[in-house]
Amino acid sequence: MLKARISAPARARPGEIISIKTLISHPMETGNRRNSLGARIPRNILTEFVCLYNGRQAFRAELHPAIAANPFLAFHLRADASGTLEFRWTDQDGEVTTETRDLVVEP
Amino acid sequence: MSSNRSCGITAHSLMLALLAVAAACEMPGTGVASESEPTRTLTQALSGYEFQAEDTQALQDDPFANPGMLWVDQGQELWRDAGSADEPSCSSCHGESGDSMRGVAARYPAYDAETQSLLNIEGRINHCREKHQQQSPYAYESAELLALSAFVAHQSRGMPIDVFIDGPARTFFDSGQSYFYERRGQMNLACHHCHERNVGRMLRGDRLSQGQPTGYPAYRLEWQTLGSLHRRLRFCNVGVRAEPFSAGAPEYVNLELFLTWRARGLKVDAPAVRR
Ligand code: HEC
Ligand code: HEC
Repeated sequence: MLKARISAPARARPGEIISIKTLISHPMETGNRRNSLGARIPRNILTEFVCLYNGRQAFRAELHPAIAANPFLAFHLRADASGTLEFRWTDQDGEVTTETRDLVVEP
Repeated sequence: MSSNRSCGITAHSLMLALLAVAAACEMPGTGVASESEPTRTLTQALSGYEFQAEDTQALQDDPFANPGMLWVDQGQELWRDAGSADEPSCSSCHGESGDSMRGVAARYPAYDAETQSLLNIEGRINHCREKHQQQSPYAYESAELLALSAFVAHQSRGMPIDVFIDGPARTFFDSGQSYFYERRGQMNLACHHCHERNVGRMLRGDRLSQGQPTGYPAYRLEWQTLGSLHRRLRFCNVGVRAEPFSAGAPEYVNLELFLTWRARGLKVDAPAVRR
C-alpha cells in the first residue's frame, strides 16, 4: 500500500486560487540500476498523476524514470464550487492509489 | 568519463590530505579512566542540519514536504495496529496519540536492567514487540521498524538531548567512546579525524559535519529513502574501507550512546533530510 500525504484547504472563497501539495511513498526504481550481483533491478515507477475537481480533470502529470523517489507535486486550482478533489496515482502496471478531500466554497 | 576520473583523483588526494592531518594530530581523550567525568573534545555542538545546503534545509523544515513524514505517518498507523488480532497494539498500552513518547528519544540509548543491555529506540521497540506483543522482532532497517522509530523520534522533535551514562551504562559508553577515537580501515582514520578535525571541509560532495545523531532516522537524498543511524555508520566505516558491523550490532549501539552524549545541548530534529 502506497502512503500519500495531501495538503489542501478545507474551505475557500469563490474564485480563490488555492494551493495543493501532494507527496506519495514510491521507490521510483528507474530500471537502470544493478544490484550487488550485477542483475538489473526491474523498473518500478508511477506513470501518471491526476487531480479531478468534481470529476473534471484539473491537473495531470506524466511521471518518468528520472523522477526521484517519493514524488512531490504542488500545483494551484481556482476554487469555483464546493465538492470533492480526487487524487489518483497510477503505476506502470495500472495499479491506482486514490485519495479524496472535500472542499467547501463559500463567500 | 574524464570528469569522473578527475573527481576520483580529487577525492583521493583529499583522503591523502586527511591522512596527513590525521598523522600530525593525535587525539586527546582516549584511555580516560572509566570513573572520571568524560571530556567532550568538541567545544560547540552543531546539528548536521547546519552543514546542509539551503534547499535541503528547506525540505527538512517543511512539515508537509519533508519526505521523512511519510514514515512518521506510517508509524502512526502501525502504532495503532501493530499486533495480531489477539495481541495489544502499541497504542493500547501507550495511548492513542503517541504523546506518551514525548521526550523518550531524547534520552535513548538507555540501559535496560531487565535484559542488562543497552537499548536504542529500535531495540526498545523490538523489546516491546517480543515481550508485550508476543511477536517476532522487526528486522533492523525494515520499513516497519523505520516507521515506528521515526514516529517515536518525531514525538521528541525540538527537545534537548540528555542521555544517562552513569552506573551500568558507563561500560557501554566507554566502549563507544574508544571506538570513536580509534583508527580503522585501510585509510586508518578514526571518526574523530573527519568529524572533529576536519569539520566544515568538503569531502567529495559532502561538507563534513560533526557526525551528530540528532536527526535519525533521516531521509537521505542519495538513498532516496529513510535510513537509520546505523545505516549511516556503516557508510562511514565503508568510507575508510573498514569492515562495517551489521545495523543493530551492540558495537553500534554503544557508539550511538557516545554520539548522543556528545550531542548534548542539541535538540532532536528527526526526521532530518540529508544530501
Ligand atoms: C573519511 C571521513 C569520515 C570518517 C572517518 C567518518 N565519517 Fe561520518 N560522515 C562522513 C561524511 C562525508 C558524512 C556526510 C556528511 C556529514 O554529515 O558529515 C558523514 C556523516 C556522518 C553522520 C551523519 C550526520 C548527519 O547529521 O546526518 C554521522 C552520525 C557520522 N558520520 C558518524 C561517524 C562515526 C561515528 C564515524 C566513526 C565510526 C564516522 N562518522 C567516520 C565522513 C566520515
Ligand atoms: C502490553 C503493553 C505494551 C505494548 C503492547 C507495547 N508496550 Fe512499549 N512499553 C510497555 C512497558 C511496560 C514499557 C516499560 C518498559 C518495559 O517493561 O518493557 C514500555 C516501554 C516502551 C518504550 C520506552 C519508553 C521509555 O520511557 O523509556 C518505547 C519507546 C515503547 N515501549 C514503544 C512501544 C512500541 C513502538 C510498541 C508497539 C510496537 C509498544 N511499545 C508496545 C508496554 C507495552
